[in-house]
Amino acid sequence: MTNSPYLPVIVLLLAAVAFALSTLLLAWLWARFFSPHKPGPSKNAIYECGLESVGDAWIQFKPGYYLYGIIFLVFDVEAVFLLPFAVAFSRFGAAESLAMLVFLLLLVEGLVWAYQKNILVWT
Amino acid sequence: MDEKLKNELSKQGIFTTTLQNLYNWGRTNSIWPLNFGLACCAIEMIATTMARYDMARFGAEVFRPSPRQADLMIVAGTVTKKMAPLVVRLYNQMPEPKYVISMGACAISGGPFKQGYNVLKGIDRFIPVDIYIPGCPPRPEALLDAFMELQKKIDEQTLTGEKRPRHLNAGEPSEFVVPRYGAHDLEPTKNPNLWKAPLVQISQAGTDESGSH
Repeated sequence: MTNSPYLPVIVLLLAAVAFALSTLLLAWLWARFFSPHKPGPSKNAIYECGLESVGDAWIQFKPGYYLYGIIFLVFDVEAVFLLPFAVAFSRFGAAESLAMLVFLLLLVEGLVWAYQKNILVWT
Repeated sequence: MDEKLKNELSKQGIFTTTLQNLYNWGRTNSIWPLNFGLACCAIEMIATTMARYDMARFGAEVFRPSPRQADLMIVAGTVTKKMAPLVVRLYNQMPEPKYVISMGACAISGGPFKQGYNVLKGIDRFIPVDIYIPGCPPRPEALLDAFMELQKKIDEQTLTGEKRPRHLNAGEPSEFVVPRYGAHDLEPTKNPNLWKAPLVQISQAGTDESGSH
């Protein structure tokens, strides 16, 4: 057991955990014995910008920009894949071309879906 | 602990301290200010943190963007009446022990805008101020001087007894009244427990330093 190669790791782990716990314990004891507990409405407030929070956090957003951004991102990534495809175009076999065609068709399908859903028109 | 014994022990290579000294040593050398500027004084405050004046020498380079992590509020600039409730609320949200430096003429008294309808005539009407720095704006050296004065002040505070920080007194409030926007002015216009209008007596003028009591 004394020759176990993991013994130093365990010792260090225990020391690390003990250090973290003892610091927390000391802070807790310090607060318990020296600091009187004084909560208040401002102190317990969640928002810490000086202003009071207004209204509810559960509100509805217009998703237009989000969808537009997603479509942009998809075609941005597509361009990254298309560039090596275009560079090596003449040396492709049938299998590679088919795979690329499926990839492109999937993206075109997405574009058609977006067009049908009227996402491409900014309202 | 007896001072002579402490000296004698330190000659023998034994360092002794008290819990209070250790606590104050830590507090004085790691004052984290709130990252909060109001007007042109804030530019000087920013300059103080930069390499030329280098507030990091005092352990205070960590400007915290959240009041929950800050010890020191530097009220740097004109406090308009619109901004005053926000300043007080931020002060309330800072954890104890906390300190305030009132930087510049505006934060002290309203400064050149004192006669204006929209400017608070001194932040000390709502929150307790520890150090005042005059100037319009004060130079970074003045802020550093105020900072060193604050360090001295913290170092002299004790854990028990009369000189303890305010928050260790269970009777003292932790929050100060946050003013509301009224029809014509803030409501209340001042915290009456904190700030009393100086009454200047003409007959007493010249008899003491301030001419007031």
